[in-house]
Amino acid sequence: MKKHWYDYLWIFSLTYLILGFFNILFAWLGLLCFFIPLIISVSSGTKGYCNRYCGRGQLFSLLGGRFGLSRRKDIPRWMKSKAFRYGFLLFFLVMFFQMLWNTYLVFAGARDLRQVVTLLWTLKLPWHWAYHGTLFHPGTAQFAFGFYSVMLTSTVLGLITMALFKPRSWCVYCPMGTMTQLICRAKNREGDIVTDQR
Amino acid sequence: METKTRSKRRAYVGTDSCVACGCCVKVCPLNAISVFRGIAAKVNPERCVGCGKCARECPASVIEIREVRP
Ligand code: SF4
Ligand code: SF4
Ligand code: SF4
Repeated sequence: MKKHWYDYLWIFSLTYLILGFFNILFAWLGLLCFFIPLIISVSSGTKGYCNRYCGRGQLFSLLGGRFGLSRRKDIPRWMKSKAFRYGFLLFFLVMFFQMLWNTYLVFAGARDLRQVVTLLWTLKLPWHWAYHGTLFHPGTAQFAFGFYSVMLTSTVLGLITMALFKPRSWCVYCPMGTMTQLICRAKNREGDIVTDQR
Repeated sequence: METKTRSKRRAYVGTDSCVACGCCVKVCPLNAISVFRGIAAKVNPERCVGCGKCARECPASVIEIREVRP
């Protein structure tokens, strides 16, 4: 099939992860993967981001597909249940706001900058080599550490489920994917008449 | 009267569990499947030949290849 420019956005996702290893402030770029999907779904009522532009999804399908790093098994039923998907979205949002709160504390001067990347919301990895000072408030760096933690955590989870199940298993419970689908559902209420075809 | 020489197969999407990721769309050689309004994938029965590529790709495994009901 014909390749489009946007089929190479996985390079962007990969570069992002690597840059954050050398300078944490690049983590700010990740906001693009946060706002673009929301803007697309709110403005056009489609999951255009997932369907076309998401580099992370492409990275998983490349590693799991072309590179064969996936067992290609069916995902367990509970992982695609609405309860799990919405629950995970909720959990993700709570952790996200906690991260914003920690950033706020640094901005407010109530806490010092912590140069760690938190993997899977628990493991604190030292990451001080990626911090070379900032021209702005240390809070901007705290946000970068926090956001990079989110991105790295989701990549690691995605890689695990890629290996265990299908390459893009992450897309089943990806909070951005769930959120944009919810927005589309809300925007296209009449779409609810689409019934199960099976 | 039976006019078809072989039974026709096509893809059916389990819309309820579809996450609208679009992985199926990317692999369909006939452009027979698309994501409808960001809610779920939809098969174009005129085009689908039931090759099963989409079903193998779907991360939620919600596509079934079945014989077309008369
Ligand atoms: S579900 Fe998530 S990872 Fe998958 S394509 Fe959408 S935004 Fe990307
Ligand atoms: S079964 Fe084949 S032709 Fe039909 S939608 Fe899936 S990939 Fe396309
Ligand atoms: S790959 Fe599966 S879950 Fe994704 S849009 Fe197609 S049918 Fe839906």
